[in-house]
Amino acid sequence: MSHIVNKQRNILDFALSSLLRRKGRNLALVTVYTLVVFALASVMFFTQALKKEAALVLGATPELIVQKMVAGRHDLIPLSYIDQIKKIRGVAAVTPRLWGYYYDPLIRANYTLLVNDTYPLPEKTIAVGAGIARVRNAHRGSKINFFAYDGKPVVLQVRGILSEESELLSSDLILISAADFRRLFGIPAGYATDLTVQVRNQKEIATVAAKIQQFLPDTRPILRDEIMRTYEAVFDWRAGIVIVVLLGALLAFLIFAWDKAAGLSAEERREIGILKAIGWETADVLQLKFWEGLSVSLTAFLLGIILAYIHIFLAAAPLFATVIKGWSILYPNFRLTPFVSFSQIAVLFFFTVAPYTVATIIPSWRAATIDPDQVMRT
Amino acid sequence: MIELRHIRKVFNAGQPNEHVAVDDVNLAIGTGKVTVLRGPSGSGKTTLLTVLGCMARPTSGRILLQDREVTSLPARFLTAIRRKTFGFIFQQYNLIQGISVIENVMLPAYPNGDSLPALKQRAEKLLDLFNLRPKASARVEWLSGGEAQRTAIARALVNDPQVIIADEPTAHLDTKLSRELMEIVKEFKAQGKTIVIASHDPIVHDSPVIDKVVDMRDGRLIHSGAA
Repeated sequence: MSHIVNKQRNILDFALSSLLRRKGRNLALVTVYTLVVFALASVMFFTQALKKEAALVLGATPELIVQKMVAGRHDLIPLSYIDQIKKIRGVAAVTPRLWGYYYDPLIRANYTLLVNDTYPLPEKTIAVGAGIARVRNAHRGSKINFFAYDGKPVVLQVRGILSEESELLSSDLILISAADFRRLFGIPAGYATDLTVQVRNQKEIATVAAKIQQFLPDTRPILRDEIMRTYEAVFDWRAGIVIVVLLGALLAFLIFAWDKAAGLSAEERREIGILKAIGWETADVLQLKFWEGLSVSLTAFLLGIILAYIHIFLAAAPLFATVIKGWSILYPNFRLTPFVSFSQIAVLFFFTVAPYTVATIIPSWRAATIDPDQVMRT
Repeated sequence: MIELRHIRKVFNAGQPNEHVAVDDVNLAIGTGKVTVLRGPSGSGKTTLLTVLGCMARPTSGRILLQDREVTSLPARFLTAIRRKTFGFIFQQYNLIQGISVIENVMLPAYPNGDSLPALKQRAEKLLDLFNLRPKASARVEWLSGGEAQRTAIARALVNDPQVIIADEPTAHLDTKLSRELMEIVKEFKAQGKTIVIASHDPIVHDSPVIDKVVDMRDGRLIHSGAA
């Protein structure tokens, strides 16, 4: 066993010193290779992390939302619609929701304000997300000034800071009492932002949605699955744009790598001949080339992945953010929660490391099958 | 003892450019002896060396190594025999450029699976023997002709082979270095190694260390006798 390990160590040792001999060439190769892996992995990490964030956010949303539409736009919904929807067979409960956005000119950001029945708050108090607490330097007992729809100031006291399940979910969130919400935005009693509908049988959601549309033609039922699909499609489409832009670079790399890996120089051929003449088997030569290829591609792969991780999760994706992130639900001061899918890493590994390693071995195999006595004649 | 029986080697057989490099050679090479193959260019010396060193298969005929027939062995076994039994010193040295002297010396032993420190120790001993220790980490392209020659010899010895095969070893050496080489050959002989040299240099075949000179012409043996 130690014999096999030693042999591989010796061959690896020689492979590394072989690579160092052609420093310039291999360094250029690793650099370009790393950039390609970096670009692909960045798009992959970014899209996946956005989808994950979106799923986290939407996971908490109700399975069916009903909005009232006026002239094709979302409007306040009368609470009288609740009873009509409850009459539809299969509906378990209908709950009104109050939520909206508040623009804070002080920090030039939007807050999301939400009345949450599972987090009841007394009047004149709020609970704020970690992001708001940070930028407004707020803590329990702090007071934050708001301006109501009519320009009158409304002072609300911070009663709690929300825990961070996801930065996106909680960072800009303010939980508020219903009375304060109505006062702030001038929403009359008897109206809500929208309604959430609980359906007993999951399979009937689409049918219930169709019936709501039928009985209340001025409403728009929205299914959670639809939202999720839309998000996925949008992110995939945006990632696709980046990939298309990168395609040129990717092709250039493939040609470059193929040329470097597949073409054996006369010097390399001669070296293979020498190795065979001094007692190396064809298999030993192939193992040498395998280690060489693997060292280059694995180094570039790991560097590319690490750089992409830093780019996306630590540096907030400065290179792609404008292309992929431009979506209205993503708020200011947004940072992604690191999420790495191992299956995707495996796919990327398979499409980058494996072809390069194979491309190095095949021409060497052809060269390694020559008779060792050729070297005596040169 | 290496025995060659009716060895024939044909290149491009059946083609218009067919060439018979070695024809019906019968030769016995004694263990611990120094044998020289002598003859002009194209007489078949190098081809015969490659055949008896298990580097190429003869077209016909048999090779017996210590009474063991090796001609029909599969390539893998032949390679193993070549690595463990023979040490080659090439006319052009055939060192690998860009790596150090010591790495070149260790190279034939890598596939054996010895530990790297042990291997290094062995290579250093050989470098000491040939006064190359100060050059151990130098790249081979920086060496003088004599140093490159000695590096190639050290490389041939790293697996402690029983037989040393040298093809025109003095072709690129001046008289002084050629005589020094023959001194090294004398030491090998004293250690009991078998040496086969292809050369048409008088310094080699007139050397007192030579036991047998084999004259070749047009692929055939024309004379074989004691030096």
